[in-house]
Amino acid sequence: MIHTKKITPWLYISPAAFLLFFFLVYPSINTIYISFLNYNSEKFIGIKNYIYCFTNETMLTAFRNNALWVIVFVPLTVFLGLIIAVLIDKVKYESIIKSVIFMPMAISFVGAGVIWKFVYAYRPVSAAQTGVLNAIRLFFQLEPLPWLIIRPWLNNFCLIMVGVWIWTGFCMVILSASYKGIPRELLEAARVDGATEFRIFWKIVLPLLKPTIAVVSTTMVIMVLKVFDIVYVMTNGNFDTEVIANRMYKEMFIFRDFGRASAIAVILLLVIIPMIIINIQRFKEQETIR
Amino acid sequence: MKKISKPFSRSLLHLIIIITAFIWILPTVGLLITSFRPPPDVAASGWWTVFEHPFNFTCYSLENYQRVIAKIGLGGAFMNTLFIAIPSTIIPILIASFAAYAFAWMEFPGRKLIFVFLVGLLVIPLQMTMIPILRIFSNLGIVGTFPGIWLAHTGYGLPLMTYLLYTFISGLPSELFDSSSIDGATPFQIFIKIVMPLSIPALASVTIFQFLWVWNDLLVALVYLGGTPDVAPLTVRISALVGSYGQDWELLTAAAFVSMALPLILFLGLQRYFVKGILAGSVKG
Repeated sequence: MIHTKKITPWLYISPAAFLLFFFLVYPSINTIYISFLNYNSEKFIGIKNYIYCFTNETMLTAFRNNALWVIVFVPLTVFLGLIIAVLIDKVKYESIIKSVIFMPMAISFVGAGVIWKFVYAYRPVSAAQTGVLNAIRLFFQLEPLPWLIIRPWLNNFCLIMVGVWIWTGFCMVILSASYKGIPRELLEAARVDGATEFRIFWKIVLPLLKPTIAVVSTTMVIMVLKVFDIVYVMTNGNFDTEVIANRMYKEMFIFRDFGRASAIAVILLLVIIPMIIINIQRFKEQETIR
Repeated sequence: MKKISKPFSRSLLHLIIIITAFIWILPTVGLLITSFRPPPDVAASGWWTVFEHPFNFTCYSLENYQRVIAKIGLGGAFMNTLFIAIPSTIIPILIASFAAYAFAWMEFPGRKLIFVFLVGLLVIPLQMTMIPILRIFSNLGIVGTFPGIWLAHTGYGLPLMTYLLYTFISGLPSELFDSSSIDGATPFQIFIKIVMPLSIPALASVTIFQFLWVWNDLLVALVYLGGTPDVAPLTVRISALVGSYGQDWELLTAAAFVSMALPLILFLGLQRYFVKGILAGSVKG
């Protein structure tokens, strides 16, 4: 600790404290209040906005899709990240492959959206297909598909794949660091005893990586609950691909209903908080294990 | 048995890894190639057909880039993005460094509690703050202006940055602070001469993370810069292009690459800090 005048520490933290109050504390409290008011915040309407959120059909679609993102996206990214992390540990060109898989993390979701919209590009059978996926289908004598329009499963699945492409690298890097922390002698001993690679993975690697897998998974869940850009750019929530964050944006800027938009934000917060608490607890557990 | 199966399983391993990497990089390669192809070619055939004549470089041109940068105005959007991202990175880092330093090495009542509360603000999704801030901004007349978005990114970036810098600064050896205090240095001199220079690795990671976060951000820009085209950054312009030029792939691919070029250079050039920064920042927003 250094010796300071009594006022000095407050001078150092006051710009941060002021900005945080102004940009996070006050607005959050205000948003909770606004969520009980009507569209232009002039009248108190009780929980009507919340009733709307849980009865309106598009809102329900958005909830379903976010759930779908959680169910499909999270296991897939974590699984792929784990498998890739374990496999590339065994080859010499590991760092190049890591860069390739991690690269999508560098670019914007908007950029990724354009990249993948092009992969999914669809043109009528008579025209030349310029999208990779439809060209592959054509190669196998299958009809080209309008990937982003076929509702509700195919198009949502296609959007989720974009997320998987972006975030697998993130999971891979964290899981790889944790995998390298496992003592090599342990794995070697198992190999000497004649265990297959699959068995080593299942019986030794997986249990040891469990805490990291848990933290990565919850981080992915939090990510996915807030997913916005990919959907906004690729379908804007049309054809049953709506998600909560995009719906909030629409309520705010297209329908100009600040009450409903605020209610959606509050719901988002309520869903996210438990996940973050779980994450912090697990993070602490991990620290104590080390 | 084992001797026969080992080389086989090794080549299978290489095959799986290389196919995976190939699948991962393919979409970006397609984008890059398409952005250099003349419009009639892009409409007439898939980008992979360029590999039928791999040494025919006449089928590439910079025409698409000229069009998106000059005519569609992405050159201006690129400058806007820089003009948003640089202050939105520097301001919060300065403010967070001051706060982190105080939390780490100064004694004051409520230090722990205030710090925990401040870091706890990380849980708030941006959506919770937008409507009230937008109202305040419109009262102040700073919706659709650069200072407005600088402030917003500063506020949103602070909890994470303060936390990360605190972790690093509090880990500096305490002898440093004892001896220099005795030498009669003021807290500010200690901050400038000791804390900041020693924190360069942490500052580098935080800078790269925040810069990229702002560079790639769509939501905050959409909300606070609204529909004001002359201040719109690349992400906002490009997502609008997807709506209006949805089938002109030669333009969309060139536009997307304009927005990706700088992050990719940073990624390839500063990979270590970059990965660190991204991992540390994963909880944000």
